[in-house]
Amino acid sequence: MTQLALVIDLNVCVGCHACVTSCKEWNTSGWAGPLSDHDPYGVVPTGTFFNRVQTFEIGVFPHTETLHFPKSCLHCEEPPCVPVCPTGASYKRPMDGIVLVDYDKCIGCKYCSWFCPYGAREYDERARVMKKCTLCVDRIYDQSLPAVERRPACVMACPTSARLFGDIHDPESEVSIAIRESGGYPLMPEWGTSPANHYLPRRKTRIRISVEELRRADNPLKKEKLGETDRSLPTLDDVMSW
Amino acid sequence: MHPAFSVLFLTTFIGAGQGLFLALYTAQIFTLGGLLPTQGGRDFYVIGSLLALAWLVAGLFASFFHLGHPERAWRTATRWRSSWLSREVLVLPAFIVAVAVYGAAHWLGGGQVVLTLNGTHALDVSMLAGVVAMGLAFLLFLCTGMVYADVHLLQEWRHWLTVINFTLLGAASGFTLATGIAALYSPTLTSFFAAWAMVLTLAAAVFRVVTLIRNHYLRQRSSLRTAIGIRHHQITQMTQGFMGGSFNTREFFHGRSLRFVATIRNVFLVLVFFAPVLLLAAAWWYATPALAVTAFFAQILGLLAERWHFFAQARHPQNLYYQSVA
Repeated sequence: MTQLALVIDLNVCVGCHACVTSCKEWNTSGWAGPLSDHDPYGVVPTGTFFNRVQTFEIGVFPHTETLHFPKSCLHCEEPPCVPVCPTGASYKRPMDGIVLVDYDKCIGCKYCSWFCPYGAREYDERARVMKKCTLCVDRIYDQSLPAVERRPACVMACPTSARLFGDIHDPESEVSIAIRESGGYPLMPEWGTSPANHYLPRRKTRIRISVEELRRADNPLKKEKLGETDRSLPTLDDVMSW
Repeated sequence: MHPAFSVLFLTTFIGAGQGLFLALYTAQIFTLGGLLPTQGGRDFYVIGSLLALAWLVAGLFASFFHLGHPERAWRTATRWRSSWLSREVLVLPAFIVAVAVYGAAHWLGGGQVVLTLNGTHALDVSMLAGVVAMGLAFLLFLCTGMVYADVHLLQEWRHWLTVINFTLLGAASGFTLATGIAALYSPTLTSFFAAWAMVLTLAAAVFRVVTLIRNHYLRQRSSLRTAIGIRHHQITQMTQGFMGGSFNTREFFHGRSLRFVATIRNVFLVLVFFAPVLLLAAAWWYATPALAVTAFFAQILGLLAERWHFFAQARHPQNLYYQSVA
């Protein structure tokens, strides 16, 4: 059974908001749009976004790390928003696991949004229905787009390739490999939603080497006296012909 | 959570309507059992039923203002298998019809005797219609309470106390309203209703205060650590990513200061429990309509504040993602 999802690599996200902007742009004219804005150039603008990027600080100054955190609907394997919808407008597609809203059935009672622990569902003031990330279902199956572009807008826009898209139930897919190799984790597991989107943790690689372990083959300036150099070993000059 | 006034009006008004019907039916059962020395006249039951219907329909009308597309509201009855909101949408109109039938049975002079118990107690159409309506009244209290208690994320609501509170508060307000109606149309019944209204108000007070104490000591299951999956003890949000408004910052927060919320709690404790009990005790003694009617309006106003506080107290885990603008 296919479960399409995103994997977001927190190690490389720089918080540029390209995913936010591209999502907003695509859905302004796509099947899910428009994502309405109210008073966008005014004093108190408000609007509907499917994808938002938050920023967190870990640690206490001066020992801090900055974390940029993009979040959109996690397309849970056990979505709490689906069984509670009184009209059945909220549904999960069995063929690919995408959770969607049927805008013709939704009455905008906002009950489903109470059940989402991630705040993924938003009430659109103009359309007066609930809206959420569709995983660009209108892009990924669109045969008129070239195959390489049949991916969500946010995945294509990310400059650091922090967003990966694929089937998490397929062990050979890019996302499954990333989750397995880099320790991908779900959010708020205590609520039992089994989110399909996973996050890859930050990781820092360090070379752990001490001064004593350093040994130079060439010493052009002959400044450090790190011990006798072995003249029998080949040097760069021996192998390079300038 | 943000308290939506349409939902506050819905739950408070239908609670009063349900309680009023239960009060009328209680009086009818007590009369049948010979426990009431005087009977309410036909007028009393008809007017009582009409008022119950008025409060129920007013609540239902108010609820439509909460919807983005009320014209599609008929679809809400289709998912009763999984959604308590859908079940409530089925039970509420059924209860309204049952109360209308009950009132109509009284209007038509009580109807023929349908059944006789033990050879002495005669059950007429209104009694049988009342049994059905009584079952639906309790079912509606259950459905209304479960709509909120089912939200597993809101630990403040996730308890059987929620259903008990909805039932007792609705019943108390209904009995207080019945006291007022009796004082106006059937004064001999005033002390009966006043006594029961006081009992129910005090019972509601016990459970509501227990709920407040429980909510005070609740520990939230979610934290920023589980919300973003970073296992560090010191995480703070630098920015939520936008400076404008959003649904996420409106729907899940009451928008007032903590002091305001505490004030509302004190207001409802006085208006729902203290003031009505005192006024009902006075009405029990003096049977003047003004005292009983004032008790009801104080209680219903207090119940709006209580429902506001019920919503305001619930803390949603999604708020962890929206703590700081910049």
